[in-house]
Amino acid sequence: MLAKRIVPCLDIKDGKTVKGINFVNFRDAGDPVELGAQYSREGADELVYLDITASHEGRKTFTELVKKVAANISIPFTVGGGINEMKDVDRLLSAGADKVSINSAALRNPKLIEEIAKNFGSQVCVVAIDANFENGDWLCYLNGGRIPTEKHLFQWAAEAESLGAGEILFTSMTHDGVKDGYANEALSTLADNLHIPVIASGGAGKMEHFRDTFALGKADAALAASVFHFGEIGIGTLKQYLREEGINVRL
Amino acid sequence: MDVAIIKYNAGNIYSVSYALKRLGVEATVTADPELLCKADKVIFPGVGEAQTTMDHLKEHKLDAIIKGLKQPVLGICLGMQLMCRHSEEGDADCLGIFDTEVKRFIPQKHTDKVPHMGWNTITDVKDGLFNKQLENKFVYFVHSFYVPVNDYTAATTEYILPFSASLHKDNFYATQFHPEKSGSVGEVILSNFLKL
Repeated sequence: MLAKRIVPCLDIKDGKTVKGINFVNFRDAGDPVELGAQYSREGADELVYLDITASHEGRKTFTELVKKVAANISIPFTVGGGINEMKDVDRLLSAGADKVSINSAALRNPKLIEEIAKNFGSQVCVVAIDANFENGDWLCYLNGGRIPTEKHLFQWAAEAESLGAGEILFTSMTHDGVKDGYANEALSTLADNLHIPVIASGGAGKMEHFRDTFALGKADAALAASVFHFGEIGIGTLKQYLREEGINVRL
Repeated sequence: MDVAIIKYNAGNIYSVSYALKRLGVEATVTADPELLCKADKVIFPGVGEAQTTMDHLKEHKLDAIIKGLKQPVLGICLGMQLMCRHSEEGDADCLGIFDTEVKRFIPQKHTDKVPHMGWNTITDVKDGLFNKQLENKFVYFVHSFYVPVNDYTAATTEYILPFSASLHKDNFYATQFHPEKSGSVGEVILSNFLKL
């Protein structure tokens, strides 16, 4: 039986791991390769590395980091941030990434999803969506949650799927950094609407939150950052707990 | 040991060479027929689209080379699918080493997502790439197309329906999952291949 996945996310700035609280303030949380290797040993199912430096120099540093991650870690990893065109996708996959996650670029140019799917297969194409709940609706944001758009979460997710996305990584800006649980209602609607896996992101604070996002939010994978980085939740302990709660995880 | 990895237009073929390096083996990534033919072991990796990749292989005459290899060959993921007769992905005619079809997963209920992505267990494992300790272990899959269970099936996984997690015929071995991405279990499987 296919296991539910636990996915630590590492936000990378200038080659180091950081974590935002509601996308604004950053705290340092360690060396990305070391941290990834440690997560892998503890039982992480997959890793996500997000490049949050947009500069040309930063991008080169990040590509070098991707190579190091690929050389040292024996579980799959997704990379995202600063991917604007096929050239970027090619560069990161060639550096050893298993999947790419595209966010703003997909919103600006949905055809990019089609191109990635056509050239590398849907399975390498993760479409990341940052959305905020406001005035009774989920609205998608560009540029790491800084620029609002007219797009609605459910509509955009369905469009991304039809264009060839292999997975949807939905980050609730409303829940991110608050540590009060994932956006399970919206996640459950996404799961009901879509035919591709959904990764829940934003809001993990306790082990129960992971159980709930799998059981109530019907998520296929749960992503978290700070609870793992700062050792608040151990991945091994978490997976043991989930198994006892009846969630199928890899032990 | 001389291990060659077939170089072609697929994404991420280097992850296999990284995995081998972690096992202490320095592999050559090459499309040179001579190097491929004289290697002790050949790995045919793959992430990509079937028709596009077959076109590329034919254009570079790699299709005939692969079929003619005599040493142990390991096809991975798309590599395995291309070793079959035909794939529904892009209606592609493939290498025909394994006389079987590659089919698209058809969801039977809403919770059946495609691609089949993530960690799943292998059962009915056969000697060769596997040993008994690997029965029911988790390995990593990412695919939208599958090979039905057939005479060459060397391990089975269940997702929507039971399908071939691995194939074996003569010197040709293949896995639908990614041993290079399957943590310590994958390392055992790659080591078993290197020992063949």
